[in-house]
Amino acid sequence: MKVAQATEGAPAVTQGPDKTIDSQIAEILAHFKGEKGELIPMLQQVQQRLGYLPEQAMKRIADFVHVPPSTVFGIGTFYAQFKLVPTGRNIVKVCRGTGCYVRGAPRIISEMENKLGIKDGDTTPDLEYTLETVACFGSCALAPVVVVNDKVHGRMTPDAAKKLIEADKKG
Amino acid sequence: MSLEEIKRQAASEWKAMQNSPRPRILIGTATCGMAAGAEDILQALGKELEKNSIKADIMQVGCIGLCYAEPLIEVIKPGKPSVFYGNLTPELVAEIVRDWLAGDNPRPDLAMGTRGEGTLEGIPKLFELPVLKPQIRIVLRNCGNIDPANIHQYIANGGYEGFIKALKMKPQEVIDEMKKSGLRGRGGAGFPTGTKWQFCHDAPGTIKYIVCNADEGDPGAFMDRAVMEGDPHAVLEGMLIGAYAIGASEGYVYIRAEYPLAIKRLIVALKQMEECGLLGDNILGSGFNFHIKIKEGAGAFVCGEETALMASIEGNRGMPRSRPPFPAQSGLWGKPTNINNVETWANVSAILQKSASWFASYGTEKSKGTKTFSLVGKVVRTGLIEVPMGISLREIIYGIGGGIPGGKKYKATQTGGPSGGCLPTSFLDSPVDYESLAAAGSIVGSGGMVVMDETTCMVDVARYFLNFTQSESCGKCIMCRLGTKQMLDILEEIVHGKGRKGDIELLQEIGDAVKNGSLCALGGTAPNPVLTTIRYFRDEYEAHINEKRCPALACRALVSYSIIPEKCQGCGICARACASEAIKGGKRMVHVIDQAKCVKCGTCLDVCPAKFSAVAISSGVPVKTLAEPVPVGGKA
Repeated sequence: MKVAQATEGAPAVTQGPDKTIDSQIAEILAHFKGEKGELIPMLQQVQQRLGYLPEQAMKRIADFVHVPPSTVFGIGTFYAQFKLVPTGRNIVKVCRGTGCYVRGAPRIISEMENKLGIKDGDTTPDLEYTLETVACFGSCALAPVVVVNDKVHGRMTPDAAKKLIEADKKG
Repeated sequence: MSLEEIKRQAASEWKAMQNSPRPRILIGTATCGMAAGAEDILQALGKELEKNSIKADIMQVGCIGLCYAEPLIEVIKPGKPSVFYGNLTPELVAEIVRDWLAGDNPRPDLAMGTRGEGTLEGIPKLFELPVLKPQIRIVLRNCGNIDPANIHQYIANGGYEGFIKALKMKPQEVIDEMKKSGLRGRGGAGFPTGTKWQFCHDAPGTIKYIVCNADEGDPGAFMDRAVMEGDPHAVLEGMLIGAYAIGASEGYVYIRAEYPLAIKRLIVALKQMEECGLLGDNILGSGFNFHIKIKEGAGAFVCGEETALMASIEGNRGMPRSRPPFPAQSGLWGKPTNINNVETWANVSAILQKSASWFASYGTEKSKGTKTFSLVGKVVRTGLIEVPMGISLREIIYGIGGGIPGGKKYKATQTGGPSGGCLPTSFLDSPVDYESLAAAGSIVGSGGMVVMDETTCMVDVARYFLNFTQSESCGKCIMCRLGTKQMLDILEEIVHGKGRKGDIELLQEIGDAVKNGSLCALGGTAPNPVLTTIRYFRDEYEAHINEKRCPALACRALVSYSIIPEKCQGCGICARACASEAIKGGKRMVHVIDQAKCVKCGTCLDVCPAKFSAVAISSGVPVKTLAEPVPVGGKA
């Protein structure tokens, strides 16, 4: 409760919150009642809209739900879906499920890392690409699978996957 | 509109569609169909039909399970048996439309099989093919046959009859019917469903919850996704029946966010149920109220565990807690809660639609009914299958799956995902059911079945699964958090050629401790992949540790690539493809791999033309190679 009082009216964040982010968070929270059970859906919407969970968003949500910010931070770090740093405009996901693994996913992952010059989980400095590996997409019969910006591509080879990066890039 | 009227309308719509003078084309647009290029096929179909001035209905359906043949269409020409065509390209679509729809040639050279009355010369019956003949479809009864976004098509095929039947029974009678069917939980543990319902039914309290566990987290498994995408009402009807039997008025579907299409289908299905009066207050005038909410998971494998799943719905970190109290006594928000998995719910609706004794006529004495498996990995016909319990593994892999591709030798089948184990060749003729898989050290699990051939290293597979469970451990139990880490470190050393004598025994010791010292099934089963591979493939561990050799030639650190001087024709393809610039050569020169620069990516082996096959891979033996390139054939 203390936290809620401290940040009410004037935000307690010292580095000065981003106004545009603030208003977007307010828009998202307007659809919720502030119940504890809504915490994950709220964070999911922030993640989807902003591409990551800014610290100010987690603090705002903590106030809204009346829980300590540490609780929200704990959830943000527990689930794989949430990112605490901005992600790229294009998200490249390589599946590392068992079906993909035995059909050559490790090669595809390392080729993608080489091609983009980043490691699994990282974002290029120009914020163009984020490379992720995912536990399983459930398209195992078409392994190995690569997903670029939510479009699923099956029966991949390292070469075909590298070409996708260019072909499916957002303009 | 009353349900009777809806049923009449659904039946007449279905009949009109069957008797339509227009041709109909069914196309699989579940996630795997899309991944294989169904969208291009849809476009091509539209274009070709227009070009040939053919008016036809195109229906998007779920997965029929023949994923290896995706993209796949079923072409229904009035008065003829329908014809399935697989592995399509836009060019082939043009030929099929021209020859079969505009013309009179069903193209037996392209067709996979027919369905329905009558035959077509030169085309086999689809369900007589080895891939489908041993299969029995209970859970997947409608997948690939109906439009999953149309509740009328589900109703026209017997849908919601099970729920209507249940409403006429007392809740206890519904539970007795479940017990009689012998259905056991399809999420992995195999607990009898009727008994589970009884616990929750008997628990005191007026507010009770039903949960559908759709957090299909096992890597290599996608049965639940296919059911939700292809026949969402089968699952939701099961939940209605369960809620009525237990006395719950609220239900949740906890589904992983990685399944966007399944979520979309469920949302549409719930809306249609409400419109038909099958969801909400006073359903069909019976006084029974039931509401369903969808909760999207946020990417945590452990949330498939029921207590973690409930914690996640409540808005917490998904960490399991100790049981008792079991969810049937104290579950969601402290209320009695019954959790079953997607496939279990889809079985429930089928059992009530037909009967418990019909269901119990399939399977073995202790494992009734069927089980869906996602048959993937090194097998010719990958896909989604549903087989009676008790079928042999050989029938699945060699009959349905068509054996191992590329003339390779079969090594093992991994069942049960990270909680399961690897079954060796000696298990091929044993029955697949709860008891015999458990006796072999594995589990039926949710139904992932990954086939491995001689090029799969079993130590590496164990390392792969440990890496998965170690990173997915929630961290609550020390043995799981630290034990899996220690085991992973040992396995990493072994696959990197740094294994030590005694490592195998140490792995077994820590494995036993992790099993016993963990609260939930994640930790309790995490060592299984390691322990079963040690049990059945100890020789591979010993080769890695004692000889620094990977018999499957799979562990990067233990293999070497070299070019066979007698075979190399100096074409230079490998040198151009090598990203590490580790291949020296020149025009018409025998190429040489610089072992110091080689990162062992394997590209040279892939690109070397098959007619030369000049790249060799070896492990545990000194590499035989030239020091410098020499002219091919020894001439300049």
